[in-house]
This record gives sequence, structure tokens and C-alpha cells, in this order.
Amino acid sequence: MHDDYLTLAKPFIQATQHVLSTMAFVEAIPGTPFIKKGLTAPGDVSAIIGFTGDRNGTMALSFTKKCAIFILKNMLGDDIQDIVQDIKETVGELTNMISGQSRVNLSQMGINLQAAIPTIILGDNHTIEHMKNRIIITTPFSTPQGEFFVEFSLEQLPQ
Amino acid sequence: MKTGDVRILVVDDFSTMRKIIKAMLKRIGIKFIDDAEDGKVALDLLKSQPYNLVILDWNMPNMSGLDLLRSIRTDEKLKHVPVLMVTSEAKESQIIIAVQSGASNYIVKPFTEATLIKKLCAILKIEETG
Repeated sequence: MHDDYLTLAKPFIQATQHVLSTMAFVEAIPGTPFIKKGLTAPGDVSAIIGFTGDRNGTMALSFTKKCAIFILKNMLGDDIQDIVQDIKETVGELTNMISGQSRVNLSQMGINLQAAIPTIILGDNHTIEHMKNRIIITTPFSTPQGEFFVEFSLEQLPQ
Repeated sequence: MKTGDVRILVVDDFSTMRKIIKAMLKRIGIKFIDDAEDGKVALDLLKSQPYNLVILDWNMPNMSGLDLLRSIRTDEKLKHVPVLMVTSEAKESQIIIAVQSGASNYIVKPFTEATLIKKLCAILKIEETG
């Protein structure tokens, strides 16, 4: 795998671990980043956020159902009224926070980005619409109750 | 001021964040907590009853946190209400904008309960042990 991919994956990995441990008290263990084939989401509920600035791009989170429920319960305890709505909002908010922290980390590498508001998608075999014809780097994370995935795609990634 | 006497308004369009912040506040003995999902609802609440602090998310649709902050600061009755801005951006430029617009302080997501409580106690000048 190209060194640039791994170098750029690190800010997202660090941000993800920081956000999950701080807000959800979850230790998320990263696997090895890989180049994703196709646009199908690896999880059951996803959120995508667009970047502009020094480079256009996208970032997405995708959670398995089991993992999403586990994280939601860790964050809210018993205060869950509408589980579907709460999961959607939580995935969106986590994506927001990881995007923010990732961009802080990227700015320390000289890459300054702004982000939009996340879009949440769920349903069997849904797709995550990253930029067309661009490399998508996916990092799997494991938790005590299932997996989730962090994806990003940025202009100027070597093709 | 004691934590049991404090009245706080939490404003965030994500109900998850409102619940999390409310739970953190309850754990230190804050009893009077209202919440609003957007700036317009928040402004109506602020005009109808007194609050000691507003915890305000930056990024909200319809009326942004910054717009609400500016509305608070230009209202004769509300302008002295302390506001703690909550943002997922840690950029210096945004922090400067928040302070220049009248934020009492800011907190960056993700934050721990300890960080929230420390900032709240500093703004309200109450002891952290409550």
C-alpha cells in the first residue's frame, strides 16, 4: 500500500480512538487500512461528511448494528427513547466529532480542510457515495461488541 | 452559588448530545436543566424564564449557535447570561470569533465530564465539589 495512504490514515485513526474513548468509553482497536473496492457500506448504518479546503474529499463512518447499539448504550445508558432515531443521531454526531479531530490532526500536517454537516444513511447494502473515481481508504475498528469502519477519500491521493 | 440553585439551558440539534450533557450536569447536582433543539426555541425559553448559563452548540440548522449568541448579546434582558459554546472545531479562528461574539468560554467535542464541569464552575464561580 502506498505510504501516503497510511500517512493520511493516521490522523483519522487517532481521532477515532480519541472520540470513542472520550464520549463512549470504548476502546476501538484499529486494523490495517486498505483500499476499498466499490461503494457498498461495510456496516448497517453510516454517515458521510464532505470536505473542502486544501483538498476536496469525504469521510465516512459505518457501524454494524450490534456495534452501533453497544456504543449508543455506552453513551446514553438507559435514556434511549427511539433507538433508530438515537442511533442515526449518534452516528452523525460521532462522524462530526471525528471529522473535527481528524482535521485538527491533518492541519498539523499542513492540510487544512473544512467540513459540511454529515448525511446519515441506513438500510441493507446501502452505498456510501464518496467522490467518483477516487481512492477510498478504509480502516476497520473492532470493539467488544462488533466492528465499525472509518473511510476517507481525498484529492491528490496517488492513483 | 450552589449547583442545586443553578438553572441551565442546553441547546443542540442532536438529542444525543443534549442527553449526554444533561446527564453530566445531573451527576453534579444541577436540578434545573431545560433543553432546546434549535436557536428559535432556545430564544423563546430564554425570554420566558431566567437561566444562569446557556450551553450552546455552534453548528445548528435554521439558527446557528453563533446567531443565537449574537441575539442574546444584543438583547437588553439577556445580554448578561453566560454562554458556553460547544464546537467540534478546535480552530483558533473559530474560537476568536466565538469570544468576539460574546461567548463566556468554549468547549471542544469530544469532551469529558470533568472538562465540562471545570468550565461550568469557572463561569458560574462555584466550587467543583458543589
